[in-house]
Amino acid sequence: MAARPVISVRDVVVSYSGQRVLDGINLDVFRGETMVLLGGSGSGKSTLLRQIIGLERPQSGQILVNGTDIGNCPPKELKKLRRSIGVAFQDAALFNSMSLEENVALPLWEHTRLEESTIRLMTWMKLAVVGLAEFGHLSPQALSGGMRKRAAVARALSLDPEILVFDEPSAGLDPIVAAELDELILGLKRAFNMTVVVVTHEMASAFRIADRMAMLYKGSLIAVGTKEELQNSPHPRIRQFFDRIPDQIADPAVIDNFFERYVKGG
Amino acid sequence: MSTSVVERIGNATLSHLEYVGRLTIQFRQALRCLGRTLPLIGNRNRWRSALWQMLAVGVDAFPMIGIMAVCAGFILAMQGASELRRFGAMQFVVDLVTIGFTRELGPLLTAIAVSGRSGSAFSAEIGSMVVTEEIDALRTMAIDPVEFLLAPKYMAALIVLPCLTIVSNACGILAGGLFMRLSTGMAMSVYLQYAVHSMVLRDVVTGLVKSLAFATIIVHVGCLEGFRVQGGPDAVGRSATSAVVKSTFLVILADVGFTAIFYLTGGY
Repeated sequence: MAARPVISVRDVVVSYSGQRVLDGINLDVFRGETMVLLGGSGSGKSTLLRQIIGLERPQSGQILVNGTDIGNCPPKELKKLRRSIGVAFQDAALFNSMSLEENVALPLWEHTRLEESTIRLMTWMKLAVVGLAEFGHLSPQALSGGMRKRAAVARALSLDPEILVFDEPSAGLDPIVAAELDELILGLKRAFNMTVVVVTHEMASAFRIADRMAMLYKGSLIAVGTKEELQNSPHPRIRQFFDRIPDQIADPAVIDNFFERYVKGG
Repeated sequence: MSTSVVERIGNATLSHLEYVGRLTIQFRQALRCLGRTLPLIGNRNRWRSALWQMLAVGVDAFPMIGIMAVCAGFILAMQGASELRRFGAMQFVVDLVTIGFTRELGPLLTAIAVSGRSGSAFSAEIGSMVVTEEIDALRTMAIDPVEFLLAPKYMAALIVLPCLTIVSNACGILAGGLFMRLSTGMAMSVYLQYAVHSMVLRDVVTGLVKSLAFATIIVHVGCLEGFRVQGGPDAVGRSATSAVVKSTFLVILADVGFTAIFYLTGGY
């Protein structure tokens, strides 16, 4: 593993309506590694992902992708950076008005001046990589959840990106299809030596694909390390997450406080 | 209490100003990339998309706008005739219908019909794309959503709305002729001669200029309502309603402005 980070998150702070969602995050993702961002619901992992892919800007701090600040660079530079990042969204985000083939071909149509026949061939190849070569003519609505996710991967691959980002790849899939997707991610990484960032809360999937993991809790990174390091961590939150111990849903202090205010007429 | 009223007025003013600001920014972005929707010199995909929009916004609206204009022409002629007959000035019905349509009813009726049909469709299309993260996907693929989605619609509306306005003018004037034929037995050829005589180029041109402004309002309000969607499918429904309400309101507001300008500059 080379020492130069491809993605460098530096002191990133994000807050929505006064509430801190990310609180001084620092994280490096190195070339060719698979970094899994773990965390419960509302931990800020999806927000961090949106920052990394440049959809939102941090209030303070910076995110460097190949040394360029993605939240604060000229539009031309941003366009170049975005072409080097392929994103597979949680619900695939395929364009329903287009066929699968057209979805995958869209970035090529938009950013290259290739002949139509070349684009068709390249599209077919990307679809073949994810095992959907014979489904290109179908519309996204006609596909199953797993197929849609694989199609989203094909589209993310269409400009041969250096970094591949997955938002909850296993969410909503049955274990077999989820495992297929994990194998696809591993296969892509092996074949193209890509840097992969995955946001998930599925432990089985995370352990299968990760080189390193980062655990988010309430907007802060509480651990970054290899699978083994996290698995052996004594940190109570990590233990709770790994051992699936529930939080107390109803906090007695909150209930008492509510009744007290109610009785006083507040 | 007074503070809360002041606060509310302040908040409402700020939110309206913010809306106008976003509309202005979007308009500037659209102008910057409108050239890319042109055939030959622009992007091949944008022009193709603009053609599709022309079909959806223009050709598909053709029968509806035609029928609306015929009905409105008939109504205007009947209402005019019932008063003018008392003064023995039935021939002025021709002027009423011709001037009424070229200056006002043609562009306004067309804009209201297109706002209802297409303004809501624009916001629903873009709004549902926001909800399903398709707009985010476009941005991560380094595709500008304004150029990809709004610019072809804008180009299509700028071409199609004046065309529909001309169709509406023609249908309205012909309906007036039909009324005159039925009520006074005036021959259609005579009616058309009168109509052409009372038609002034300036009226037709100002009507078409208005239709360009209405096209701008409908597309920009419709698309902005879509881009502003936050939440789930219910928000998409609300955005479609809001697009029609706001664009119709702004179209009428703009019409008042234009008519006042044309009136004060001595044309009317």
